[in-house]
Amino acid sequence: MIHPITLPTGRAGTVDVVVVGAGHAGLAMSRFLSRSAIDHVVLERGEVANSWRHERWDSLRLLTPNWQSRLPGYKYSGADQDGFMSAQQVAAFIDTYATLIGAPVRTGTKVISVTAMDDGDFRVVTDRSTWRCRCVVIASGAHNVPAVPALAAQLPASIQTVTPKEYRNPRQLDDRGVLIIGASATGLQLADEIHRSGRQVTLAVGEHVRMPRMYRGMDIQWWLDAIGVLDERYDAVDDIVRARRVPSPQLIGTPERNTLDINALLERGVEIVGRLVGVNDGKAQFSGSLHNHCALADLKLTRLLDRIDAWIELNRPGVAHGESERYAATRVAQEPRLSLDLARNRIGTVIWASGFRPDYGWLHVPALDRKGLLQHDGGVVAVPGLYTLGLNFMRRRKSSFIHGIEDDVHDLGNHLTSFLRRGASGPRRASA
Amino acid sequence: MNATATKVDNGVNVEHLLAARQALTDAPNAAQFKWRATCNWMSGTHSRSTVRSFFGLGAEQAHKTEFTYDADHPEVFAAEDKGATPVEYVLIGLASCLTAGIAAVAQNRGIQLRSVEATVEAGMDLKGILGIDSDVRNGFNGIKVVFNIDADASKEDIAALVAQSQRRSAVFDVVTNTTNVAVEVR
Repeated sequence: MIHPITLPTGRAGTVDVVVVGAGHAGLAMSRFLSRSAIDHVVLERGEVANSWRHERWDSLRLLTPNWQSRLPGYKYSGADQDGFMSAQQVAAFIDTYATLIGAPVRTGTKVISVTAMDDGDFRVVTDRSTWRCRCVVIASGAHNVPAVPALAAQLPASIQTVTPKEYRNPRQLDDRGVLIIGASATGLQLADEIHRSGRQVTLAVGEHVRMPRMYRGMDIQWWLDAIGVLDERYDAVDDIVRARRVPSPQLIGTPERNTLDINALLERGVEIVGRLVGVNDGKAQFSGSLHNHCALADLKLTRLLDRIDAWIELNRPGVAHGESERYAATRVAQEPRLSLDLARNRIGTVIWASGFRPDYGWLHVPALDRKGLLQHDGGVVAVPGLYTLGLNFMRRRKSSFIHGIEDDVHDLGNHLTSFLRRGASGPRRASA
Repeated sequence: MNATATKVDNGVNVEHLLAARQALTDAPNAAQFKWRATCNWMSGTHSRSTVRSFFGLGAEQAHKTEFTYDADHPEVFAAEDKGATPVEYVLIGLASCLTAGIAAVAQNRGIQLRSVEATVEAGMDLKGILGIDSDVRNGFNGIKVVFNIDADASKEDIAALVAQSQRRSAVFDVVTNTTNVAVEVR
């Protein structure tokens, strides 16, 4: 039973499931619920695919090729299978999906609080309505709040600070130098783009994941998929807490399918320094651990390529692939700079490409750990009836990818369905 | 080499360490430790330090015995050379911390170690501590650690072992990152 989409948006109601967030994850769950005739509503603070529309920089493209852009019952069908979608194209892709599946989305509806009621149901209060439901699916994403370290407060007032949420293009910045904190895909892409705009760029590098765009004639994502890395399960890795914290691989989606790594940036003249560990007296201080962080990333890259080569030998003996390759070690300077006098070196901007964290300020149920993260077992939250989707390595390594949502929705949708069935009254019909 | 293939014993009780890790995850307050040392001036640049007590697991703890360390400066500094130079203690701390880490990680990864030797060298420009040039820092201008490891493992696995040991080393962190130091007089 699909809730009539024409219901006045201000109206409250009772449904079996409230899905929070109309991104690819919330919509994929909505499709599952509709097909199982489970009454539900998808609450969206802005528009469908809101963060893709409003919180991405201009040049951003997906890190996964178009052939990998697939959702349950829908996939990219254009001619450019090996291309990479822009943020606006992703928004359009998700928007089309919402229409196609007839998702009962209430846009412009911001969830203010979720509380558990005495009978185990949830009350979901939004800025325009109140809902009662037996299950809540949190699909509001993992990238709500930029993770800006406390030492940001020590920066001199003359420095403009920008997060990737606010960053659009280099024209926003004054012409002075830029210090970028963080060497994930975001940090490297911004370093590359801002350096090309003629500004001096320093990149602070901590733990990172190095990957070539192409390997032996195929996109690295194709290999990760083929050799089973993307399907690795959360309950089969040694240390899932750590695995979930691994930053996104240093990749960029360009028509040329170029590799963007630290060596490429060094060649262009970007200065590489260690992790930012302090700001004192107008000087940024960097860790002396840069060599080890680069050595670790190089070792892990070699291990991944070894695994790919072994897979080819075992599974595709006669098939012609490109030659096996090993890449030059990251060329860290003999003595990388340990401090940077921001004024003397004409630094005008610091960009925090140091990651994001989810915002659960509205979730008033005992489901958060002491660091404010959801306690869950593969997306099944510690509070019965509560589920989450789309978090990094939530059930599988691909959980946070667009194409990774299908398997997770299948697993959690089934869990949720049995949960509803177990309830005394069975799935509740909409009262509205 | 895999742990199941041969019995690997580096003298590290990994099960205990992993159990402690789980226990401290569940009881984060017990993870708060305080390390201490007491240093007494003897004469000239000679001092004698002792370590005995520390705090951890929610209670006062103590080493089995009190350990004593003499520190001094070499004769080229017109001192009596009654012990290692304080900066050499820093090198000892770094090398022993990384070495302990290598043993623990190797045990956990099922790698049998036969010998591990670290050679540490740190550069220093004395123009700093002597106040000759204010642009020169007092401390090291760099530290180089060279490991010679004989183990049942590939070159890559040994490199990964050494890298992981740095990731988990307290002294490596102390040396490479900044720490607030509060010194007061009573």
